[in-house]
Amino acid sequence: MNNPYSLVGKTILITGAASGIGKCTAVECSKMGASVVLVDSNSEGLDATMSLLIKHDTNRFFAGNLTDEKFLSDLAEQTLELDGVFLCAGVSDTTPVKFFTKEKIDRVFGVNVTSPAMTLRYLLSKKKIRKCGSLVWMSSYGAEQVESGLGIYAASKSAVNGLMRTYAKELLPRQIRSNSIMPMMIRTELLSTLTNISEEDWKKQEAKYPLGFGSPLDVAYMAIFLFSDASRWITGAQLKMDGGSTLI
Amino acid sequence: MDEKLFIKNFAEQFEDRDPSTIAISTKFRELDDWSSLVALSVMAMCFEEYSVILSADEMEHAEQISDICDIVKSRCQNE
Repeated sequence: MNNPYSLVGKTILITGAASGIGKCTAVECSKMGASVVLVDSNSEGLDATMSLLIKHDTNRFFAGNLTDEKFLSDLAEQTLELDGVFLCAGVSDTTPVKFFTKEKIDRVFGVNVTSPAMTLRYLLSKKKIRKCGSLVWMSSYGAEQVESGLGIYAASKSAVNGLMRTYAKELLPRQIRSNSIMPMMIRTELLSTLTNISEEDWKKQEAKYPLGFGSPLDVAYMAIFLFSDASRWITGAQLKMDGGSTLI
Repeated sequence: MDEKLFIKNFAEQFEDRDPSTIAISTKFRELDDWSSLVALSVMAMCFEEYSVILSADEMEHAEQISDICDIVKSRCQNE
């Protein structure tokens, strides 16, 4: 039986694959039959993710700095042809506006905005993304519903949405689709490392979600849908996931 | 570390508060204009002015300005 949600025969590249949402999505894509190309700066984390994948001759991993253009160029040269790219690597920041520094802005924009744009620039120029491929960008609901202290992060995710829609438009002739996922609170290792959010704050936040906090698995399933043929008519969309929090 | 300067720096994180209206023993959560944004700003100030990273749990457990000042002092001395 034809399963439109299957990823059998597809090759998906995932950045930020050593932890959190990227790692979870890599494992789930593998379970759905995809070959997976993992990318992250953390080589030990990549080893761990590799060990969780369904064995496939074409699974690969590349460890390197996603803000280093030479690494991105080499990655594009060496990777297999791709059916999907999940631009998932990201960093967060909690700084009130009057404490912004150029370094903080550059760090967040470097990883969240410049890096995915340059990753795709090299993959596209080396023709490594197949016709009818799918690009999935990790954005955030925080791009629209701003919170105090999250200005730099919100700006970077707004920029991601702008890029996502531009790629969707420019890549229409090749029928390569481009969409972003905008979850509200997903509690990952990345967020748990933010020392200026207390356990008490986390509990207060979770009370605002009728369906509880999202998990990396919730985002992984959305990404799988966007990589699958089942989503062939969706491009340029910002897909919001909010656990019912905007209904109350 | 200069306590008076710390209190001045602390007061500056509020929108419009005269430093003379607070003291080292002030229970800052009881101030009308205390907010989560001021809390984030105090933490950012501690890093910018004193290179001290204050965790949210430390902030949560602090009651008086002196509690935060003591943490900053102890970390400054350790450097």
